[in-house]
Amino acid sequence: MDTSSTHLETGAAHEAETLALREQFDTEEQQRDAATLGMWVFLITEILFFGGAFLAYTIYRSSYPAVFGLASSSLNLPIGATNTCVLLLSSFTMVMAVRAGQLGQRKAIIIFLIITMFFGLAFLGIKAYEWTEKFEEHHVPALSNFFLEGTSLQGQAKIFFSLYFAMTGLHALHMVVGVGILLFIIWKTSQGTYSPEYYTPIDIAGLYWHFVDLVWIFLFPLFYLIDRHLPR
Amino acid sequence: MNQHGEPSHHVDSVRTYVGVLIALLIATIVTALVATLDLGPFNIIVALGIACVKMMLVVLFFMHVRYSTLLTRLVMIGGLMWLAILLLLSFVDFGTRGWIGVPGK
Repeated sequence: MDTSSTHLETGAAHEAETLALREQFDTEEQQRDAATLGMWVFLITEILFFGGAFLAYTIYRSSYPAVFGLASSSLNLPIGATNTCVLLLSSFTMVMAVRAGQLGQRKAIIIFLIITMFFGLAFLGIKAYEWTEKFEEHHVPALSNFFLEGTSLQGQAKIFFSLYFAMTGLHALHMVVGVGILLFIIWKTSQGTYSPEYYTPIDIAGLYWHFVDLVWIFLFPLFYLIDRHLPR
Repeated sequence: MNQHGEPSHHVDSVRTYVGVLIALLIATIVTALVATLDLGPFNIIVALGIACVKMMLVVLFFMHVRYSTLLTRLVMIGGLMWLAILLLLSFVDFGTRGWIGVPGK
């Protein structure tokens, strides 16, 4: 930087302020691609993390298909389907926020991120209601009053509900983290940090949010829809 | 657009995103309704098939993988292969344990 002209120095000061282009990158595109690649590497670790839980679910389900079908049918399908739609809507508003970021529409970014956060909180609220139902129905495996109607194999039913709480709980935890990330991005947007040249954090937050949506896209059929057609 | 007037990133139209959203919502309703029909062993295949279609829509459009670099795609496919190893080898282990029997039992 010691050879820079006055013009370049003001340019560097401007960049330092907006973080538009850091010095280790040649172009904005390269910087963006590097950030995207890094986020995907993180998302892969998340895929494998949830993959282990899905593996446990699949093995137990294949071992105890009858009780898992019965327990699965006891879940509240309308609520599960509603929550899926809420999450898909939040993904839509998230991608609209990223689009507004690409176009440099600061107000639109903030509005879409607030709507996204609202949908995320709505999802968590519905989830909390659903969990409350489980407590009332005595479907919480950790409690001594656990009982699933229609089977004598309560141990297998407990495994199903343990997986249900663990996997939807981990997913809900990711949602809480996502809401925190959105709050941060909203704050930084209102500070004027982002521009069409530098909106990478919005983009990366979007990738995280869509990933959490993806996990639910698989949780929903596996927990709510399996063997629901079987006669009871 | 960067300072030179060249597109440095792709901006999809609002129409595209609305279309993807409608497709996702319809797929959700269809999968919930189909689950109540008795298709025998095909129930699970239909449910996971629809989930995979939804995943592809989200990944390609919302996560912009349509425009991502070859390196990013390669890393993603590599990650999915590790997931496949995790799942397949575990299923093979679990599914064949009863074939040989445990010595001394």
